[in-house]
Amino acid sequence: MNKTVNQKAWFFVIPVFVLVAFNAIIPLMTVVNYAFQETFGNNVFMWEGTRWFKQIMLSERFHASLGRQFLFTFIILFIQIPLGIAIALTMPKEGIGVPVCLVLMSMPLLIPWNVVGAMWNIFALPDIGFLGHSLNALGFDYNFTQQIGDAWFTTILMDVWHWTSLVVLLSYAGLRSIQPAYYQAAEIDGASRWAIFTKIELPKMKKVLTIAILLRFMDSFMIYTEPFVLTGGGPGNATAFLSIDLVKMALGQFDLGPAAAMSLIYFFIVLLVCWVFYTLMMRNEEKS
Amino acid sequence: MAKVTLKGLSHSYLKTQSSDADWAIRGVDIDWNDGGAYALLGPSGCGKTTLLNIISGLITPTKGDILFDDKIISGLSPVERNIAQIFQFPVIYDTMTVYDNLAFPLRNRKIPEEEIKVKVHEIAEMLELSSTLNNRASGLTADGKQKISLGRGLVRSDVNAIMFDEPLTVIDPHLKWILRSKLKELHQKINRTMIYVTHDQTEALTFADQVVVMHEGQIVQTGTPVDLFEKPKHTFVGYFIGSPGMNVLPCQIKGNDVIVNGKKIETHQQIKKNNFNKTEVGVRPEFISFSNEGIPVKVLSVSNTGRHKIIDTESETGKIKIIAKSNEDIPSGSTFLKFKKEYTYTYGDSWIIE
Repeated sequence: MNKTVNQKAWFFVIPVFVLVAFNAIIPLMTVVNYAFQETFGNNVFMWEGTRWFKQIMLSERFHASLGRQFLFTFIILFIQIPLGIAIALTMPKEGIGVPVCLVLMSMPLLIPWNVVGAMWNIFALPDIGFLGHSLNALGFDYNFTQQIGDAWFTTILMDVWHWTSLVVLLSYAGLRSIQPAYYQAAEIDGASRWAIFTKIELPKMKKVLTIAILLRFMDSFMIYTEPFVLTGGGPGNATAFLSIDLVKMALGQFDLGPAAAMSLIYFFIVLLVCWVFYTLMMRNEEKS
Repeated sequence: MAKVTLKGLSHSYLKTQSSDADWAIRGVDIDWNDGGAYALLGPSGCGKTTLLNIISGLITPTKGDILFDDKIISGLSPVERNIAQIFQFPVIYDTMTVYDNLAFPLRNRKIPEEEIKVKVHEIAEMLELSSTLNNRASGLTADGKQKISLGRGLVRSDVNAIMFDEPLTVIDPHLKWILRSKLKELHQKINRTMIYVTHDQTEALTFADQVVVMHEGQIVQTGTPVDLFEKPKHTFVGYFIGSPGMNVLPCQIKGNDVIVNGKKIETHQQIKKNNFNKTEVGVRPEFISFSNEGIPVKVLSVSNTGRHKIIDTESETGKIKIIAKSNEDIPSGSTFLKFKKEYTYTYGDSWIIE
């Protein structure tokens, strides 16, 4: 097919370009500006070159929060992806159960993030919260505001509660799109349930799972509001993930230069991981 | 390999049935001999896929029995029935190679790997897939994939029957012909019972020795392609098979005489009774000629297909189509038609009057 050349069509891109410029490019450039300079206010800037980048890259504090971030993201992916697939597999395929399950599954996704944090904070309070009180009544020494393990446990549980549904809905959509003939053929071929899962369902879900993993990676890697409301990054710095640490540095200590450099590094890590992951997942697709 | 018998088979997708329309198939009796090639022919929604799925065990019928070699197998699962089925869309296991795809049904049945190797190579040879055995199955074209589906049915040497559910739907027209000949050739080579479901009369008539025509959940006629063409037992068979289909005109029966548009005509049968709500005369366009007397008609249009001419005419009680040789002169305006007696049948309530 020959495409018609129409340079005037570029004018239609202008509104989007202006919009993106205002909400993404200009703020990002401001950050870039801060990342290479030092300021003491009054719009006075001094060139610092790559100093802030070196400082961040070598800082133990950054290493620690980056480590916590990766650990958190891997744990929740490790739980949410298999759990989401498992729930999707057990969901009803027809009848009244379908809308009921879908609505119930969507509920956590509809709750604003700070509300989720507040809910879980109260829910997990060791003295009056249902979860905290019950755990203590059962004989566990549980206090998420003081014990590191409990803080992690609660944060992960909250994230699993909040976001597993997304994986469920995507997996369910993937499963529903498989033609019945595949199951019928497998039945005739004498395939076991496990073989049906690994040879038909998983390969057919590959695309939606790629999206699910990407979305969950990005969201969990940039998580801020929920742990901020739940633990505030504590106890100590135990649940201070990258963005919590970043906000502390930028707004708490007002170290704008290092914070800007950290934002950029943070941004490139997300970009890099997504790119690598996506390329790996799609590599086989192109081959065939 | 087995003889397939269906006895009084009826199936409904509803829990309760109040009228005939609630049944997907009703009162089906079939006897298919071991090693035969059969086709189930009918329009979409006539129940042919339901019937096929009942035979393979994917659907449990509401009423009736399925017998393989005179043994009732109605309660058995598809695996226990040991049948193979090829679906409308090629079903392949994307992540496996062509070899693994073909070996899959055998591996599931715990057959030793050396035996599988021999069998897979033999089938791949037969289907001309040998050169692609180590490729990923997902990279193949639609016809290649459909060959794999077919191959998975053929690798098991003990299958009772191989069933095809409109297997050529997604295949390019020029490859359809090749695959169809391949199927026919395979049938002669391996001599297994094959049941082919389709809505395409060419596919059914070229593939099968015996064609079963279905209409609204019922079998309307079973016979050889020639039977179906020359003596349709139901008006539906008449106009579903043939291109264009049979002309069906309302008629009156007075005593032993058949009257169409006020003219008495000669038909194949001797009419002995007349207790029908609706009587019709059916004659194929191939068996009508222009004449100086007979049914008066007006010629509406003539289209030349190259091979022959199709003429549309209008009679008092409906349109009549005629097929004539492409070099024949066609009268214009008002003329008369003559029906060939041996191929003109009378139908009572859509069924042929015997």
